Amino acid sequence: MHRYILHRLLLMVPTLLGVAVIVFVLMRVIPGDIVEMRFAEGRFFNQELVEKERARFGLDRPLWRQLVGWLWGVARLDFGLSMWSGGPIRHEIAIRLQLSLQLALMATVVAVLLAIPLGTLAALRQDTWIDYAVRVFSIAGLATPSFWLGILMFLFFLIVFQWIPPMVFTPFWRDPWQNLAQMTWPALAVGYRYSAVAARMTRSAMLEVLREDYIRTARAKGLWQSLIVRRHALKNAMLPVLTVIGLEFAFLLGGLVVTEQVFNLNGLGLLFVQSVARRDYTLVQALVLLMALVYIVVNFCVDLLYAWLDPRIRYQ
Amino acid sequence: MNSCIGGRIQVAEAAAPSRWLASLGGFARRWPLGAASAVIIVLMLGCAVFAPVIAPYDPLETDFAAQFSPPTPAHWLGTDAFGRDLLSRLMYGSRTALLIGFVAAFLGATLGAILGVVSAYFGGRIDLVVQRLVDMFLAFPIIILALAVVSILGTGVSNVIVAITVPMIPNCTRVVRSSALAVRAMPYVEAAHAVGGGYARIVFRHMLPNVMAPYLIMLTAYVGQAILLEASLSFLGLGVAEPTPAWGLMLRGAAVEFAESAPWMAIFPGLAISLGVFAFNLLGDSLRDALDPKLRTL
Repeated sequence: MHRYILHRLLLMVPTLLGVAVIVFVLMRVIPGDIVEMRFAEGRFFNQELVEKERARFGLDRPLWRQLVGWLWGVARLDFGLSMWSGGPIRHEIAIRLQLSLQLALMATVVAVLLAIPLGTLAALRQDTWIDYAVRVFSIAGLATPSFWLGILMFLFFLIVFQWIPPMVFTPFWRDPWQNLAQMTWPALAVGYRYSAVAARMTRSAMLEVLREDYIRTARAKGLWQSLIVRRHALKNAMLPVLTVIGLEFAFLLGGLVVTEQVFNLNGLGLLFVQSVARRDYTLVQALVLLMALVYIVVNFCVDLLYAWLDPRIRYQ
Repeated sequence: MNSCIGGRIQVAEAAAPSRWLASLGGFARRWPLGAASAVIIVLMLGCAVFAPVIAPYDPLETDFAAQFSPPTPAHWLGTDAFGRDLLSRLMYGSRTALLIGFVAAFLGATLGAILGVVSAYFGGRIDLVVQRLVDMFLAFPIIILALAVVSILGTGVSNVIVAITVPMIPNCTRVVRSSALAVRAMPYVEAAHAVGGGYARIVFRHMLPNVMAPYLIMLTAYVGQAILLEASLSFLGLGVAEPTPAWGLMLRGAAVEFAESAPWMAIFPGLAISLGVFAFNLLGDSLRDALDPKLRTL
């Protein structure tokens, strides 16, 4: 087991290195750089000034030296300064991470509360109208764009209550009500899609487990249905559900590009879009590396949880 | 005698469509959700193909006299800020959505399937390299990768197709590879080796056809995902460019600003996106039930 953990941890290094190189190259392939973007805003610019600015950001050095310099910084956990704002990247990300993390956590709660009862119910009543209703509900969840759901929510509040949610983020510890008045709606909009993914997985995992021999044994010895479901079936069916919940969570931290726009949330997704548009190389690179790291770590944790929850799984 | 034969033929002809209908009815009873999705998809395809014939207005024609018209008999779904008819724009928009959806899904799933089978077939070092590359690309959220590609290539239909295809490939590679590993261990692949079949022949003749089930399921699900991704990109202003009618773009347009005064502009395009994606997801689900009940949710 220890060898397996060590092996997996070591495998993370080349993957992250690969991601770092990919994003570094991708950013340089995008036409234009930060200096051009800056000067495009103002009227005047001359070549000399442009060259001087490029030199200030180190963009005049050969590409491989820029890459090595950046990677060396990352290895020491020094992500440098944002090219656009000039502030430390760690700070730029930290203030948005608070919002994105809260949204992801709230959406997870919504998803789990909806998905596990619905998915279980659908599996227990397979091929009845309940099953069909749950399936239609969850497929519709996969099909409805969260940003459109957000627009509809705004419309509903405006027309029915003449009220719109607050637009400025207040940290939860400063004013919980104000915070929840803003964050509940995006959490519901995102949570619906998220719960759809998890409910589908719960249903299919439950269906598989319910056909196992030990469930038949439990039935044969006359256990109550509710006890069989809770104690024996659900526990084993939760493994794959855990995987999708983990992966979706990783996605939520940075992938809510459009939804954040609709709800006017200043999270990591919006920061990413802005930074790409501004060609803020250092900030985009740090953001992508962070998202990749979260994804890889979540994957790793899920695999470990598998071994811990199901003693039949032991990795070599 | 002749008339008798003629009569018999007539009976047979009359029976054929009813038998056909009966089997269609049987399919609908067995997979009601699949049949429902097929109906929606056929309707969408009809709209896309016959848009110039059935659309009541030119989707690009502006009519400032009819700006922000609510749904009326003249404009069934209302008009937008330029007085353009929403229903006509939705019908033409289904062309954009289906074109991008089908082409991107086909390219993504096919390239992914080939890569997955090749990776499984050769194994060893090639497999290791391909799978590590897949790992790296899977670590990017899909929309982030698509945004990066659009930033490099610029907006427009063909660039959006590339931007949607790229993040789909690694996903499909992973799924198809795991099926292909099982196929590779089959005796018929060994037999093909024994009779001297070349790599290309074994991969394309013997292995690819046997991973068709996961491939088809991924393909249908990808059409829906591609439509959704296109709508998101267009909504951000990084997808299809105006004045091409596209559903995501219609939501971006004035829909958000004028949502209060003209809610139909925000409601109908979103409904079209949801319904289209819903149909393809449902079809993918039913296909999975029919073809490969053991394969889990994507």
